[in-house]
Amino acid sequence: MSDNAIEIKGLTKSFKKVKVLEGINLSVERGTMLALLGPNGAGKTTTVRILSTLLKPDAGEVRVNGFDVVGQADEVRRTIGLTGQYAAVDELLTGRENLIMMGRLYHLGIARAKSRAEELLTQFDLTDAADRAAKTYSGGMRRRLDLAASLVAIPPVLFLDEPTTGLDPRSRITMWNVIRGLMDSGATILLTTQYLEEADKLADRIAVLDHGVIIAEGTAKELKSRVGNERLELIIGERSNLEEAIKVLPNTDLQIHKEERRISIPAGGVADVSAALTSLQKAGIDVESLSLHRPTLDEVFLTLTGKEVTEEETKS
Amino acid sequence: MTPSTSISPRPTLGTVFSDCLVLIERSLKHIIKNRDQLLGVVVQPIMFMLLFRYVFGGAINTGGVTYVNFLMAGIVVQTVAFGSLTTSLSVATDLTRGIIDRFKSLPMASGAVLVGHVVADVVRNAISTLVMVLVGFLVGFNPVATFAEWLMIAGILVLFTLAMSWLAAIMGLLARSVEAVQWVGFMAIFPLTFASSAFVPTDGMPYFLRVFAENQPVTQVIEAVRALMVGTPIGSHGWIATVWCVGFIILAVPLAFYLFRTKAVR
Repeated sequence: MSDNAIEIKGLTKSFKKVKVLEGINLSVERGTMLALLGPNGAGKTTTVRILSTLLKPDAGEVRVNGFDVVGQADEVRRTIGLTGQYAAVDELLTGRENLIMMGRLYHLGIARAKSRAEELLTQFDLTDAADRAAKTYSGGMRRRLDLAASLVAIPPVLFLDEPTTGLDPRSRITMWNVIRGLMDSGATILLTTQYLEEADKLADRIAVLDHGVIIAEGTAKELKSRVGNERLELIIGERSNLEEAIKVLPNTDLQIHKEERRISIPAGGVADVSAALTSLQKAGIDVESLSLHRPTLDEVFLTLTGKEVTEEETKS
Repeated sequence: MTPSTSISPRPTLGTVFSDCLVLIERSLKHIIKNRDQLLGVVVQPIMFMLLFRYVFGGAINTGGVTYVNFLMAGIVVQTVAFGSLTTSLSVATDLTRGIIDRFKSLPMASGAVLVGHVVADVVRNAISTLVMVLVGFLVGFNPVATFAEWLMIAGILVLFTLAMSWLAAIMGLLARSVEAVQWVGFMAIFPLTFASSAFVPTDGMPYFLRVFAENQPVTQVIEAVRALMVGTPIGSHGWIATVWCVGFIILAVPLAFYLFRTKAVR
């Protein structure tokens, strides 16, 4: 068996006449996380649905854990966990009932299904809400229950389809911690996201998907270096001289907006920021405000494709 | 957590059976947890029973039998027919939520989802029927059925529920939205139960309506149940009703499973 838990070669898929995937090649090494990054309509969900046997590919070879998703769908289903964009839980049942039901559908046996449900409720901090109907859960709790449901059988491969889309910032951070915990347990994860920051924070490697084609792949560092690093933006106060400020700052890749009294410099790390601020302070220049700008998904796309992210109406 | 699983290999008859049991349990829990639905299961039959009994009772001539005796079979069958729409709603709701993806990505017999909804329908209809018969006794229902005949009535009603629920499941699978299911179901079942011998004898209907009303399957079921309950002549209604129901079940079950398997959700 190869060392790749997920292997995709030449995958294509169309819905009616709309081409959604146009020849995808991807592989995910066992025990690592790949983030599939792309805007709405790029084909992320379609890829995940094919990997989890919910859709059949038109062409190409797709293997999960060495099993073919078409010919060996049952074997694939036994080794994967899927968390979709829509929390796939029974809203009328309680959290505990949902998890026990999943365990029994994985044929764990009633006793094991029950004990596994307790483990997951504790792991995902849902013990207090365990006996409430899932429809009373907040968005974040529902996602956690959904993720817990996909982990009932301890699958070695996990697909997380936009697990944090629509969550408030606090729930998003909770979710990130949960996902990091899964990584530590040795699972192989394919995560889709629209957020560069999320891919950056969690994944070992990132593949950028646009209009059904992988347009870039690599580590977060590699991708960012193609896009450009973080930048420090400074607004120079009215009392100080803009020209003087420019003089004391390092003059590589300096961007200046005179009307707004705004200067932007590359900032690879804390050292760059503190050096710039120290120089300004020494020169007695008043800084009205400062902010750090990270490359956004828009900028990644702008750099990689030369065009802005466009909202697509097609199925994603 | 270790990256390995202890899941049994290929599905067997045993695992398929256990999947069905788990999902039947799920759908049965829905009956209790869904308060609004419970209202429909218990209160609506009582309301219909009393309204028809007292509003129409005095105005309709049902020959040798009293109106409440005539009415019972009709109102039970109508309630069962409308009750089967719950399967459509449940199936359509499952499809529009993500949960169907979860079931389909599990190593289970995913068609068990349909079995769960249909079996829950049978239980729900049994409760409604029991409530109606009990209320009927309070307002003058006076059956002549023996114990064996009550069993036959139960058998016919279960067959009828199964037929209607599997057809309803197909409707739920084909529907584009939960709202559409409600309207299409209502428009299909309303004429079928009213253009029948459920509430009035067919004698007074215009010719074409009468021919339809006397020969359509719902009337066959009503006439068979009525004959067994209150001793009207059963004629060939019993076996024709059975053939209709079994025929629909034989056609609908494979079609429902086929649609469920091939249905691309969203």
